[in-house]
Amino acid sequence: MLEIRDLHVKFPGRDREAVAGVSLSIRAGEILGLVGESGSGKTVTAMSVAGLLPRKQCDYSGEILLDGKELLHADRAELRNIQGREIGVVFQEPQSALDPLMKIGPQVEEVLRVHTSLSREERRRQAVEAMAAVELPEAEAVYEKYPHQLSGGMLQRAMIAAAVIAKPKLLLLDEPTTALDVTIQAQILELLKRLNRESGVSMLFISHDLNVVRKLCGRVAVMQRGLLVEEGEAQEVFHHPHHPYTRRLIAAIPTRKRKEGGA
Amino acid sequence: MKRRNGFLTAGLVLTCALAALILLGFFWTPYDPNAMAAGPKFGGPSPAHWMGTDNFGRDIFSRVLKGAGATASIALATLAIGAVCGCLAGALTGCFGGPVDELLMRLNDALTAFPNILLALVVISLLEPGKKINVILALGLVFIPSFARVTRTAFASLRDVNYIKSARLMGASNPRILAIHMLPNTAPVLLPALTIGFNNAVLAEASMSFLGIGVTPPDASLGYMLSEAQGMLFAAPWYAAGTGLVIVLMVFSVGLLGEGLRRQDKGVL
Repeated sequence: MLEIRDLHVKFPGRDREAVAGVSLSIRAGEILGLVGESGSGKTVTAMSVAGLLPRKQCDYSGEILLDGKELLHADRAELRNIQGREIGVVFQEPQSALDPLMKIGPQVEEVLRVHTSLSREERRRQAVEAMAAVELPEAEAVYEKYPHQLSGGMLQRAMIAAAVIAKPKLLLLDEPTTALDVTIQAQILELLKRLNRESGVSMLFISHDLNVVRKLCGRVAVMQRGLLVEEGEAQEVFHHPHHPYTRRLIAAIPTRKRKEGGA
Repeated sequence: MKRRNGFLTAGLVLTCALAALILLGFFWTPYDPNAMAAGPKFGGPSPAHWMGTDNFGRDIFSRVLKGAGATASIALATLAIGAVCGCLAGALTGCFGGPVDELLMRLNDALTAFPNILLALVVISLLEPGKKINVILALGLVFIPSFARVTRTAFASLRDVNYIKSARLMGASNPRILAIHMLPNTAPVLLPALTIGFNNAVLAEASMSFLGIGVTPPDASLGYMLSEAQGMLFAAPWYAAGTGLVIVLMVFSVGLLGEGLRRQDKGVL
């Protein structure tokens, strides 16, 4: 469904390419985990897919195909057609990803306003529906609230509602749970799993937290310094990592045993 | 959340009171501001003439009211030109960057290097001195760079904010992002800048008229009246005092308003 072929991205003034020849594919209905430390190129990869690459300010090459449509070199009009409607994005910090001066509801329905000619009432109805589908309590009331009136978990649910309202094929999740506390994190993961099961939307889940990835993703790709170093079924990668970097990452997961042994 | 903002309240009250007085001055003044011998020559402040009278016996309070109206309307028109053009240029360059941005900003630097009054002087002598509309054009032109700079910074800092990115990712068009998502969020920076701009415009107009290149008689403006008052500083000190007081009040109350707006924003965020 999504196919990235030999993606290279280089920012000026850097010796190393941010993404140095990454090829990846996501099948329909699949959740792919993209793991790696900060600066490994995982976010740049996702941003290339989303069309958020600052094209004038970097060199890039390769191909990104979404159902056969080329995205990396598409012009802005084509991209706008795809953004929101076929690809939804959820960012790391929900507090900063919503316009502080706009009510939640209008932001959730933004995609509909841009891409469809639905009436105001119909948009509102769909937004409330989408907000209820992501388990926001009292969706009608939340519609009228401003971002500062909601908690981080609720904001992230609203973001997810905004990202899936137009029923995209692909959801890009850039560390969507990193800024949330652990209990909320678990709820959001459950929600994402459910969305994936029910609507069959494919997901590219970016994280540096292997534990989270293990819970959610069927397949995992590991990136280091712009390169894809390992890729495979999640369980396989976790139990039999081939690449030394993957082994180090797995070893870095804190466990109870290690804590007791140390100190 | 509901903290009291003394600056904002005081600024609003003072500005509104002053604005009401100035508006009143457009329709009604105690005496005809240009009528000679409305009272004694060089009469001091009295119940009949609150700010006294000048060498022709004209009522200074009436003249100050009319003059403040002229000054305020010139300042507002200047502000409108400067703010609209400046904000537009700043928003576009701030949001898109590129070589056009570089070029405009360097031009901006060059313009900023000249004192405002000097620049306005050059512009007005190229146009035709003495006309109100030309004063406005010249001052408006001079005020564009400062607004462009402030707006550019505000928009550039928003460009990479997540909610702008996410609006872009939802397929929103550039005009929509600029107008709906960015502009309201720059208000905390732009509103105080507007108040400061108004004050600068009042002072610039007053200085120009004082130097005799702004509004010319019989139109009264505060700056022109100050230069008149200078000649009779010892015979009628109340003339200069009254006129000066009104300029100070205008700048002070709008300044308070600006400071209040700035603090209000800090309190909310």
